[in-house]
Amino acid sequence: MSPGFFYGIEVVLNGLMTGVMYSLVALGFVLIFKASGIFNYAQGVMALFAALTLVGFQDGQIPFSHLINAVFGTKIHHFGWHLPAILAVLFALGVMILFAWLVEKLILKHLVNQEPIILFMATIGLAYFMEGFGDLMWGADIKTLDVGMPQGGNLWIEESTAFLGGEDFYGFYLDNLDIWASVVALVLVVSLVLLSQYTKIGRALRAVADDHQAALSVGISLRVIWVIVWSVAGFVALVAGIMWGSKSGVQFSLSLIALKALPVLMLGGFTSIPGAIIGGLIIGVGEKLFEFLLGAPFLGGATENWFAYMLALVFLVFRPQGLFGEKIIERV
Amino acid sequence: MIRNGRSFDGRVDAPADSGAGTGRAAETPGTSGAVVMELRGITLRFGGVTAIRETTFDIQEGEIRAIIGPNGAGKSSVLNVINGFYHPQEGEIWYQGRQRGVLKPHQIAHQGIARTFQNIALFRGMTTLDNIMTGRLTRMKSGIFRQLAWWGPAEREETEHREAVEQIIDFLEIQAIRKTPVGRLPYGLQKRVELGRALAAEPSLLLLDEPMAGMNVEEKEDMSRFILDVNDEFGTTIALIEHDMGVVMDLADRVVVMDYGRKIGDGTPDDVRSNEAVINAYLGVAHD
Repeated sequence: MSPGFFYGIEVVLNGLMTGVMYSLVALGFVLIFKASGIFNYAQGVMALFAALTLVGFQDGQIPFSHLINAVFGTKIHHFGWHLPAILAVLFALGVMILFAWLVEKLILKHLVNQEPIILFMATIGLAYFMEGFGDLMWGADIKTLDVGMPQGGNLWIEESTAFLGGEDFYGFYLDNLDIWASVVALVLVVSLVLLSQYTKIGRALRAVADDHQAALSVGISLRVIWVIVWSVAGFVALVAGIMWGSKSGVQFSLSLIALKALPVLMLGGFTSIPGAIIGGLIIGVGEKLFEFLLGAPFLGGATENWFAYMLALVFLVFRPQGLFGEKIIERV
Repeated sequence: MIRNGRSFDGRVDAPADSGAGTGRAAETPGTSGAVVMELRGITLRFGGVTAIRETTFDIQEGEIRAIIGPNGAGKSSVLNVINGFYHPQEGEIWYQGRQRGVLKPHQIAHQGIARTFQNIALFRGMTTLDNIMTGRLTRMKSGIFRQLAWWGPAEREETEHREAVEQIIDFLEIQAIRKTPVGRLPYGLQKRVELGRALAAEPSLLLLDEPMAGMNVEEKEDMSRFILDVNDEFGTTIALIEHDMGVVMDLADRVVVMDYGRKIGDGTPDDVRSNEAVINAYLGVAHD
């Protein structure tokens, strides 16, 4: 077989890995959308904020040090200690849960029974606020994030697959980080699906998503549910932040990965957790393969930037609820 | 007495002959007499509009209490006050012998008050079974972590609740649609599922907001039968709002009549029917 064929397979594999990373972000959207009908524009910024907080804790940064320095003329920046990764992750998770509680207390509580578009706009405001707040708290410089996950190509896979091709083929190149991300995403999805399908909380989540008043009337506290949902979404944001942050550094552009989650959601459906994963994989593989087969040879390359959106557009025309979204039922 | 003689699945003939019935109350005067819910001098305002004005009445254990009145009379507001969606500015609410403070609707649900809605409020994406299962939420104890692990008590509990739900499904004769997402069901069946969800909580007070609105004659007969059966078989106390006077006269033990937010009549169906203020309200005598 030609080396081109194996290279194609490698492209697909790498596409799958990238897709998993997209899925991680899309997952956060789905969670909140399912439980409250809110499209949470701030999901990407939440990932950024979570990663910033994680790095901050890990490196012992003093929060708001720039602000303090500017006001008091001091020159503080670090506490001088380093936290172990696991502890920093736990603290960052705590911050995300606190954040969820605040969102409920300060925003959602006052917008009960409002139109979805109002809630959507509230999350836009939230996104911009958090972006600025994150900068203010931890500084705007690019930070490296290392929680001890292996990085770089996986030599074992490379060496053990090298025999497949001819002399020009050196085995499949897969990044360790991507492999880890896939495992984490898989565990995350399985546990979320189990949570939403088979537990009392899951049933309550789905009930709240469908009808607020009815949910109240069967004894579900909207506030508790919302705090839970936003906490879980914050946790997913933290995981996505760790993965993306480890890959490309913690910087503002991290919040823009949320844009790539949009086509994923349109493919997978806004209400399906497995859909978010499959959608991510399709987009990941699709854009890499398209670039490899058509984009680079015939279209001058750089098709990865727009392929996902074009695919999403096609889906919007032919299957607006996505592949796995709940059927849009309308009785006339 | 029809009440005791009726078989489990026997059809009640009474509700069909609307208006002409002698009324159930005539045959079953009086209940156990214990007061489950009492509203004392309730006044509810929305800004300048007064929805309920100094209204006082009680609901006794085991009875079917109807609330009737023209559109905009404040009937639904009364149910919303009882179930905690609205909080009255004045007056006291006594529930099971104790005065109730300002509680949230979900807390009130945990106290054993279940309800249905005028415009069906089901979880449309969920199946009939899951919808009714949500009604059991107030009765579930296992914490989330135990449920996640799905062991021992949590599993046993889930099974118990499933059995209770299956019984309700049998009772309401909706076995065929157990796994159907309720959004796809016809209106009459949706109403029935909603009743099922409320029943699943095994409420000590069941509130039904126009359970027969928009139904055809046959569906109304079915629903009347279910309401009577619930009351008979489980002894559930029911407060309902209904527009079909024939149905109300047949179902209710006692009737509250409201107009312009005020209570204008209270008593057995026969009392109410002969009450002049009630007749005026319904025949449209000019209000002053």
